Amino acid sequence: MKILVPVKRVVDYNVKVRVKSDGTGVETNGVKMSMNPFDEIAVEEAVRLKEKGIATEIVAVSLGIPACAETIRTALAMGADRGILVETDVELQPLAVAKLLAAIAAKEQPGLMILGKQAIDDDMSATGQMLAAFLGWPQGTFASQLTFADGGITVKREVDGGMETVALSLPAVITTDLRLNEPRYASLPNIMKARKKPIETLKPADLGVDPTPRLKVLKVVEPAKRKAGVKVADVAELVMKLRTEAKVI
Amino acid sequence: MTTPDHEDVRVAVRKLCEKFPGEYWRALDRDRAYPQEFVAALTESGFLAALIPEDFGGAGLKLSAAAAILEEIHRAGGNGGACHAQMYMMGTLLRHGSDAQKQRYLPQIAAGSVRLQAFGVTEPTSGTDTTSIRTFAARDGDSYVVNGQKVWTSRAEHSDLMLLLARTTPPEQVAKRGDGLSVFILDMRTAVGLTIRPIRTMMNHATTEVFFDNTRIPSENLIGEEGRGLRYILSGMNAERILIAAECVGDAKWLIDKATTYARDRVVFGRPIGQNQGIQFPIARAYANVRAAELMVREACRLFEAGENCGAEANMAKMLAADASNEAANVCLQTHGGFGFAEDFDVERKFRETRLYQVAPISTNLILAYLAEHVLGLPRSY
Ligand SMILES: Cc1cc2nc3c(=O)[nH]c(=O)nc-3n(C[C@H](O)[C@H](O)[C@H](O)COP(=O)(O)OP(=O)(O)OC[C@H]3O[C@@H](n4cnc5c(N)ncnc54)[C@H](O)[C@@H]3O)c2cc1C
Repeated sequence: MKILVPVKRVVDYNVKVRVKSDGTGVETNGVKMSMNPFDEIAVEEAVRLKEKGIATEIVAVSLGIPACAETIRTALAMGADRGILVETDVELQPLAVAKLLAAIAAKEQPGLMILGKQAIDDDMSATGQMLAAFLGWPQGTFASQLTFADGGITVKREVDGGMETVALSLPAVITTDLRLNEPRYASLPNIMKARKKPIETLKPADLGVDPTPRLKVLKVVEPAKRKAGVKVADVAELVMKLRTEAKVI
Repeated sequence: MTTPDHEDVRVAVRKLCEKFPGEYWRALDRDRAYPQEFVAALTESGFLAALIPEDFGGAGLKLSAAAAILEEIHRAGGNGGACHAQMYMMGTLLRHGSDAQKQRYLPQIAAGSVRLQAFGVTEPTSGTDTTSIRTFAARDGDSYVVNGQKVWTSRAEHSDLMLLLARTTPPEQVAKRGDGLSVFILDMRTAVGLTIRPIRTMMNHATTEVFFDNTRIPSENLIGEEGRGLRYILSGMNAERILIAAECVGDAKWLIDKATTYARDRVVFGRPIGQNQGIQFPIARAYANVRAAELMVREACRLFEAGENCGAEANMAKMLAADASNEAANVCLQTHGGFGFAEDFDVERKFRETRLYQVAPISTNLILAYLAEHVLGLPRSY
């Protein structure tokens, strides 16, 4: 079975993001970028499936500026076999990404697509679901455990209030939750091997997709700063302040 | 294909270092304990074998890749000092050892099953004046008998082999004072008459003093020709200086990040302290200095990799980078005010750690003396 794993280049999770002074987005200039952590989990899962003999080939896909090739390279060093870079300067939104991935799926015919449940930059949590809809495939989102049996797949998913188990037929779309696995770091020999693995470069037009954004970002602002608290002398003062200042009781 | 500046290698090292956060290093620092788990992780993932040729089981990468690995370790707040020598010390063996010696040791060093990361040069009575060392290796049949003492032999307790510099001809019997010194591979696992005593220092650095009492080394463990040892270790010292410079660059970047973040967040007198030029200018200056040092590290790497003489650049890289990290440490501590002294912030630890590189492996004065004499043509001062 071939597995396709999309990987997104995002601001590293350790970086404290800053809003650009003109309010059009967040500062990415000179900022450390990494693979979206949920996508790392997706790559790790695919590599484990290959190690178990369930997967035969892993294709890492990234969409965006040429630097996204670095993110693919990271996936290759973790154990993916080859990469596809869909190169574009256009700001990509989940709908466009889902369409592009669906077009790649049509070309590659994978048995499984494993995505992160969300990207930590825009937190949309939409691409996997839209992709499954475009392809008409079953989806197992927020997966924390995958079990393969009888040509299908059982997915334990994290939902509000507990765990839900769903059984899917293949091909299917999976999105990963944090607890699915702990991703490995690449070893130096594998990084060296990855340097020799092929990355194919495509343009959105090659896939017949117009990636132009449908949503317009009006303004990006810093979250409101938390105001300093006040100390109260006793319960009476607290109740008084809640009533007269906070006006909540 | 190769990626610019070894970005792929850097990404993986960063990832590995995430598993060894400040708490990890802090706890070791408190106990002056060796970072076993960290060194094991680096070994298992092959990073310490970066410079060993592929034929011997390493990655066959160039010096700049090793520099990238060590810079990233320090950039993440860690410390490569516990194992950096495992990367470069084999260079002397690789360049000057016999085929039999290389076959015997390099594959095991590459696999990490044998550690060659102790370098016995400095002695208590010779100081920086390496040619005046007194440890003597006397030929006796098919072995050498070593007597003497080394000091600051780092990682001796965590190494299987030691690269040992010893006198084999008394100084009064040689034409030049650099002659008559020889390099040996001493197998500490089987050595008799060897005493290793740890020295507690201001930072967590597994350093020791080593005593040799009729310690025998088989003559097949002599590297190259007898009497030419100083030349053999000098080429390795350039690599060492460049790599330690890269660690200082990593330290400086970590410290500047730390200082910048704190300056942005800490509010005093109703404004972030980083809004005051008195706070931001020293950080900006430290940043400019580390970037400049970084360029010299790259230049030194370039010359080293091209096989050109990089003595001056390796020394300058080490001095500029150590100065930059020392400055950044000072600025970072000052920016943090009282909190900088609290162990939980890791700033005071880095401050202590990076201070070492003003002195080891070569002190700033001696670098300046080298430049004055060999680059500027001024009279030798020492
Ligand atoms: C933690 C640590 C780890 C080390 N690890 C190793 C190791 O693994 N292997 C090893 O062989 N060595 C090691 N060293 C030794 C290190 O290389 C030496 O400490 C260093 O080279 C300085 O030598 P010294 O300490 O004898 O100082 P000295 O030579 O006694 O110098 C003392 C001071 O005087 C200055 N000075 C000396 N001569 C002159 C001059 N002519 N002009 C101007 N100034 C001068 C020096 O710059 C220095 O500041 C280590 C040292 C430390 C502290």
